[in-house]
Amino acid sequence: MNKALVSVPKTAKHGDIIDIRAMIAHPMETGYRMGPNGVEIPRRIITRLVCTYDGEEVFIADFFPAVSANPFVSFSLIASTSGTVGFEWTDDQGQTETARAEIVVSG
Amino acid sequence: MTEPATYEPALGRRAVLAGGVGLIALALPARALARPSLQEAVAGFTGGVPVNAGRVRLAVPPLVENGNAVGVTIDVESPMTAQSHVRRIGLFNEKNPQADFAVFRLGPRNGRAHIATRIRLATSQTVIAVAELSDGTYWSSEANVIVTLAACIEDLS
Repeated sequence: MNKALVSVPKTAKHGDIIDIRAMIAHPMETGYRMGPNGVEIPRRIITRLVCTYDGEEVFIADFFPAVSANPFVSFSLIASTSGTVGFEWTDDQGQTETARAEIVVSG
Repeated sequence: MTEPATYEPALGRRAVLAGGVGLIALALPARALARPSLQEAVAGFTGGVPVNAGRVRLAVPPLVENGNAVGVTIDVESPMTAQSHVRRIGLFNEKNPQADFAVFRLGPRNGRAHIATRIRLATSQTVIAVAELSDGTYWSSEANVIVTLAACIEDLS
C-alpha cells in the first residue's frame, strides 16, 4: 500500500527551518452525499495525522469532513538532529497508514 | 373496463413521489439545525475566552470555482520558542454542514507557525482561523470566499 506521499528534505543545516508536506490518497467521504437510488454514502474520513521527529510528536492535525479528498497538509520543522520524520494517519474505522523519511542534519 | 387497471399504478407512483419529496424536505432542515453557528464553534474551541483580531494571517482565494479543493494558508506571528509559541490553530466555517475544517497542534519545534491545507466549501461564506498561543490568548483572522461550484452536497445519481 503506497498511498501516502511525504516530502522531507534529505539534508539540512542544523537550525534551519524546513518545509514538510504530507498527502495521502483517501476519499474523505463526508456522509452527506447521496449515491444512486438516494442511498446515503457512509462517512469515511481520516480523523488524525500525527507527525513525529526523532521519536517526539511535533505536529498533530485533526481533520473533519470539510477537508478535501486526499488530505494535504504542509508545516514547518526546525532541523535539530539527524533522524526519522514519521507520519501516521488514522481514519474513523481505526485503520492506520504510516510513512517515514530520513533526514541528515549537518553542522 | 380496462381503465381502472391503468390508473392504479399511476396513483401508486404519485404517492411514492410525494413521499420522497416530503422526506427530502424533512431531512434538510434537521441537518441545517444540527450544526453550531460560527460563533458557537469558535467559542467551543476557545472555551469562551475572548478572541482578538490580528497576529494571524489567513489566505484564501477570494473567488473559488470549485469548492471541493480550496487551498488555504495560515501564518501566525510568533517567535515559536519554548516560552512563546502557538499551541493550536483551528479553522472554522460559517455555512458548511459542519462548522469545523481542522485543528492543528504545534509547538516550539515547528520553528514557524505556517500551515497549508486544502478544504471543501459548500457555498460562499466566511472562513475563520483561530490561533491559541502559549500565554493562553486567542487571535483570529477571517476571510470571505465566493464559491461558484459547491462541495459536500452534490449527489452522484
